[in-house]
Amino acid sequence: MVSYQKFTLENGLRVLVHEDHNTAMACVNILYDVGARDESPEQTGFAHLFEHLMFGGSVNIPSFDTELQKVGGENNAFTSNDITNYYITLPSSNLETALWLESDRMLSLAFSPQSLEVQRNVVSEEFKQRYLNQPYGDAWLKLRPLAYKVHPYRWATIGKELKHIEDATMEDVKAFFKLHYNPQSAIMVIAGDVHYEDVKSLVQKWFGDIDPGQKYIRQLPQEPIQKELRRETIFAPVPLDALYMTFHGPARLEEGYFAMDLLSDILSRGSSSRLYRRLVKEEQLFSELNAYVMGSIDNNLFVIEGKPSEGISLEEAENAVWAELDLLKKELVSNAELEKVKNKMESTNVFAELSILDKAMNLAFHELLGDADGINTEVSKYLAVTAEQVRQQAQAIFNRENASILMYKAQEEEIRHVG
Amino acid sequence: MLDRTKAPEFREIGNITLKEPVKKRFANGLPVYIFHSPEQELVRIEWIFENKYLDAQSENPLLNSALSALLKEGTMTMSSAEIADKVDFYGAFLVPEYSFDITSLSLYTLNRHSQVLLPLVKDILTEASIPQQELDTYLRNNKQKFQVSVQKNDYLARRKFYNLVFGESNRYGRTPKLEDYDAIDRDQLVALYQKEIVPNNCTLIVSGNVSDDLINELEQIFGLEWRSETTCANVDHPVLFQDAAGLAYEEKENALQSAIRLGARTISRTHADYPALQFVNTLLGGFFGSRLMRNIREEKGYTYSIGSAVATLKHTGFLTIATEVGVDVTNATLVEIEKEINLLKTALATHEEIELVKTYMEGSMLGSLESIFSHADKFKSVLLNDMGLTYYSYYMEQIKTMTPEKARDIANKYLDFDQMVKVIVGKFNQLEPIHQTVVN
Repeated sequence: MVSYQKFTLENGLRVLVHEDHNTAMACVNILYDVGARDESPEQTGFAHLFEHLMFGGSVNIPSFDTELQKVGGENNAFTSNDITNYYITLPSSNLETALWLESDRMLSLAFSPQSLEVQRNVVSEEFKQRYLNQPYGDAWLKLRPLAYKVHPYRWATIGKELKHIEDATMEDVKAFFKLHYNPQSAIMVIAGDVHYEDVKSLVQKWFGDIDPGQKYIRQLPQEPIQKELRRETIFAPVPLDALYMTFHGPARLEEGYFAMDLLSDILSRGSSSRLYRRLVKEEQLFSELNAYVMGSIDNNLFVIEGKPSEGISLEEAENAVWAELDLLKKELVSNAELEKVKNKMESTNVFAELSILDKAMNLAFHELLGDADGINTEVSKYLAVTAEQVRQQAQAIFNRENASILMYKAQEEEIRHVG
Repeated sequence: MLDRTKAPEFREIGNITLKEPVKKRFANGLPVYIFHSPEQELVRIEWIFENKYLDAQSENPLLNSALSALLKEGTMTMSSAEIADKVDFYGAFLVPEYSFDITSLSLYTLNRHSQVLLPLVKDILTEASIPQQELDTYLRNNKQKFQVSVQKNDYLARRKFYNLVFGESNRYGRTPKLEDYDAIDRDQLVALYQKEIVPNNCTLIVSGNVSDDLINELEQIFGLEWRSETTCANVDHPVLFQDAAGLAYEEKENALQSAIRLGARTISRTHADYPALQFVNTLLGGFFGSRLMRNIREEKGYTYSIGSAVATLKHTGFLTIATEVGVDVTNATLVEIEKEINLLKTALATHEEIELVKTYMEGSMLGSLESIFSHADKFKSVLLNDMGLTYYSYYMEQIKTMTPEKARDIANKYLDFDQMVKVIVGKFNQLEPIHQTVVN
């Protein structure tokens, strides 16, 4: 059980406070309600590039990182297709420094040309390191546009191509800041060894006078229902064939999301899960095989990815996965199996309460979804799912016309054996 | 009016207190360390074994990692599937881990399920059957993973680095080759299991909500019922290092980035200078505000990330610097790394910079103590070198008293760019040497 208190500043900034005095640390987590889905198709990768620029100095403070390190703090951030999330952990005695730093960059950035120049390079190197310079690194650059035709989920957070990042200008940066970085778009969670009343007055002091800015109204094109099976095959110098299968599924807040999530657990969570037990261990058709749900706020993807064993064709491998999916559509899962995945869900939740940062991030995300208390109530939604609902969900999503299938075919002649 | 240009007043980071474990010794001699904290209804139990070797001459680097992975894959009475079902059903996590010197098995569970799970762990530690079929599956799947790994430049660079820095005739420097997978046989694993997974080679660390009932259960099962059949002499065969320096370059024609790794063997935690060396390492490349990160990422944009680390093993320590950079700046990056190392040796850091690193390290220490598990982790880290928690007070003292002069002296004593092993996988212009001989 994660307890918290909430208040909202006049400028619209929502603040949640979670006290946990088992630690001497405090954590300040700010979620900005902007992600890669809010980018223009001509300027993808921008939300993530912008995240890097948030560390390039703000209007009154030349170096964010140095000031934080001086008081013993650490920070980082991530960008997803839905959100951009920044976090600081530091000894709680220096909480005010974190608020000083975060409020100044919410007020305004320094917009230094040198920072833009360098971070364009850094992000380009990140693009190469994670997506281009390793086998299968480009899988999501291919999968997203295969599965999504209209919704901006059709590009990855890193962007469609290096060029979009290289072309970013200072004007774009300023416009993006104005549109998305203001108190109304932010949710701040302060957790750890802190006291609500102190936090409240410090937040008022540092964030109270920031201009509310304009409200961003999100209007995203919705993904039409997929009507036919999509396939793409990449012939690439990778060491092994690989198979990726995706299915559209309920959005985070839609009916059926929890059943879908449990389906991924039944298929792939732990070494007793179906895909691992049957297709990796017993039938030995795959050397590795995983299933998971993206957890996106809009139209979701259920993903299955694996590498067939030596001598097993991609077609054979794919058929074996379909057989498992068809079984879930036909037969009810047993009580024991359903209870198993629910138990795991429950214990994972207890373990997650050990970390103030995890709690802070989760509170912010649930608040964005509409109710921070979701952090406490969501487990009961998982526990309420019935075997019949699991089957219905399987029937709803595991269909050929709802599938997008990407295959890598290894081109042997180009591989140099190094081992 | 709020003055936003002025930082709030800095407050000293208070004293850091580490939780001391309650020590026990079970009837069979098994040492037990208990870290109790009642906040959550969960517990972590770790059985820690020092790695043993069958034969100093023919160490297959995969033997210990294969043993660790196969522990859960079947016992005399339970199949791999039954074990997996039971652990998952109770929402628990049973995690085998393997490192250069240590093999461990950790059970994470809600308190209310420990009673059903402990006999299962006992079974695994005393009656593992290491089925041939499971071994075959493990080897088949890991051979495939290996084939993917060797397509990654950073993996290749790391592997070559270990080969060169330790020499290939010992456990630290000999890295797996594809044929090592085929060379493993079940008999070897069984022999290793019998030698290594025994109470007199084990340490038990229990952290979380540790009730008296739980301790009694543990004592019954792992103290009274767990006996060593053979007495295993607590000696380790020697680890002989080869000295190496120089530059190894593997060209990758289509590379977009080069993986760079350099470093050398150095002192381990048991040496009095170790905390000071950690300080200098932090200054050089150990955090976001380090010299390497500021220069090579934040000023020049050559890389997404660069970092350095010092690490302690049982028989030695090493320092390593690692990054992946655009192929066109491979040479330039090496030049900058050399420049930064030499700068540490020749010029005094400002007091301001020294103070910043101190505070950062203190904050980082405090931040690493988030839960009772992290207190146990701190203890575990020093256990390998037979050191106690007093190490950390010494460590903090050394950090607090660091001066620019001492940082420079330590850099001179322990950092020598010319003597470092340098590995580059990707593209590198050999016509612009960085005054090194190419050894491979």
